[in-house]
Amino acid sequence: MSVLVYTELADGQFKKSSLEAIFYGSKVAAQVGASMTVLAIGSASDDELAKAGNFGATKVLHANAQNLTSENIMAYSKVLSETAKSLSAKIVISAKSSLADAVMARAAGALKAGLVGNVVELPETSNGFKVKRSIFTGKAFAETSINSEVKFIAIKKNVLPLEESANAATVEKLSVDTGSLTESSKVLETIKASGTVSLPEADLVVSGGRGMKGPENWQPLLDLAEALGAATACSKPVSDLDWRPHHEHVGQTGVKVAPNLYIACGISGAIQHLAGVNSSKVIVVINKDPEAPFFKAADYGIVGDVFDVLPKLTAAVKAL
Amino acid sequence: MKILVCISSVPDTTSKISFEENNTKFSKGGIQYIIGPYDDYALARGVELRETLGGTLTVLNVGLADAEPQIRKALAIGADDAVRIDAEPTDSFLVASEIANYAKDKGFDLILMGRETTDYNSGVVHGIVGELLGIPSFSPVMELKLEGNTATLAREIEGGKEKLEASLPLVLGCQEPIAEWKIPNMRGIMSARTKPLAVIAPSSEALTNIDKFELPAPKGACKMISAEDAGSLIKLLQTEAKVL
Ligand SMILES: Cc1cc2nc3c(=O)[nH]c(=O)nc-3n(C[C@H](O)[C@H](O)[C@H](O)COP(=O)(O)OP(=O)(O)OC[C@H]3O[C@@H](n4cnc5c(N)ncnc54)[C@H](O)[C@@H]3O)c2cc1C
Repeated sequence: MSVLVYTELADGQFKKSSLEAIFYGSKVAAQVGASMTVLAIGSASDDELAKAGNFGATKVLHANAQNLTSENIMAYSKVLSETAKSLSAKIVISAKSSLADAVMARAAGALKAGLVGNVVELPETSNGFKVKRSIFTGKAFAETSINSEVKFIAIKKNVLPLEESANAATVEKLSVDTGSLTESSKVLETIKASGTVSLPEADLVVSGGRGMKGPENWQPLLDLAEALGAATACSKPVSDLDWRPHHEHVGQTGVKVAPNLYIACGISGAIQHLAGVNSSKVIVVINKDPEAPFFKAADYGIVGDVFDVLPKLTAAVKAL
Repeated sequence: MKILVCISSVPDTTSKISFEENNTKFSKGGIQYIIGPYDDYALARGVELRETLGGTLTVLNVGLADAEPQIRKALAIGADDAVRIDAEPTDSFLVASEIANYAKDKGFDLILMGRETTDYNSGVVHGIVGELLGIPSFSPVMELKLEGNTATLAREIEGGKEKLEASLPLVLGCQEPIAEWKIPNMRGIMSARTKPLAVIAPSSEALTNIDKFELPAPKGACKMISAEDAGSLIKLLQTEAKVL
């Protein structure tokens, strides 16, 4: 019996969410008395990969080949399902992300494995295999049994506080038969904001709504985000109006975030917006309307004009 | 062009979620059901492609009879015919294998659906369908153009988007702004009544089941800080909330 953790690399490093998945996987492995293996696909140095050991891994399998690129989901999922088969892995774990979801889905399909996403706690394994997952975009939870022999789970961000040790993992090359990996698509162009904090991975998020009045007014919000090292986000109308790029749109029909801190500036707090941000640990709301529904979902509130409040917050952060 | 659009029937996004029978069942009382918002984008793009390229558009739902008003709405928006596979859609693998079992041998060029449902939010059905049918799958897709057998699409990635080219057939999980939601017109509503809606018995089994539901703990009171003294919030975030 073994546990396999599927991880993602970005710019040659484990994504933070993948470190969380490794740590979670090590706890699951200890709980069920299994060994754990980490699978990493893409380019990264052995030193970086050995860092998986800091979060409880003893062994990392590293697959890297020229035509093994992230748009080739079929190839990634094949590497994952073949690895799970060869290790007889019974539990396969990843952090949720749109790419990981696609890879996990296909691998689970290939292995006829039950797959549950948005898992928020360690599984209950004393009687069957049960996981608690968030449903209705964070408005409820469901305790779900996975009954198939192989079980796939994708965890939400911030499920367990990370504990770091000084252990290093051993790194083994995984040879993949690249000839059998069909090229299913070709990338024409990648448009990516550079130098900004990735929104789904971010611990701190500053978000703006229609109360910001127009794209030309975003600077004070960007200043606060920069001072904090936070990612920026927005409400749906803001991205619909093209004030901000679409990948910043959070909510029921946008990115779901679960940062430690979410600061909402000029956002009313519609139920569809709350659905994407209600897993945040601490929510701050700045709104000039004391009746704005968002205050009911907030931990800290300021009734005031965003253009007056934001510079004060930025100054206070800089003074820390 | 032969298009299949898979839709879910989900509670309206403003619904208050509650449970009954000792938290083992979702309370359907007073809930308004809608076509899943993401599925609605997929449907809208499917209808546009069907209108410009010709061919057929079939709408498929894995669900119980109470989903039929949503299926009829999809017919009113522009699907030619509909299929309902009579199973409760609580397990991603079950839903995906029902879709794949229906679609295999039918030669669909495109299988469109939402990137995820807004009830269980799994976001994996398109991938499993693609795997079971042995064809590529992409999600979340925000632009889709077709030229002959080639699809040009944009998928959202963290911090941006990626434009890709791929050959049909494809399974795509869709999201805005792939198309604008469509509202059925009177003629559509009238013609939807007589369009065929086949009901098929399920052929696969669920691999997961829900034992119990739970609501999140209520949020404590919001601590208010005056705008004059806004800067003091930062100290509180550091020392009290411990998030900085
Ligand atoms: C199916 C469906 C899905 C949806 N999905 C999403 C989603 O994923 N994400 C999402 O965000 N929305 C979503 N919506 C839209 C949602 O219902 C709201 O319309 C939207 O969230 C409102 O955005 P907003 O708060 O920016 O704007 P508004 O509701 O217009 O709020 C603006 C706020 O700014 C405040 N304000 C104005 N000026 C100032 C100032 N100078 N200083 C301080 N405050 C100020 C106002 O008091 C007000 O509260 C969805 C809707 C539907 C029907």
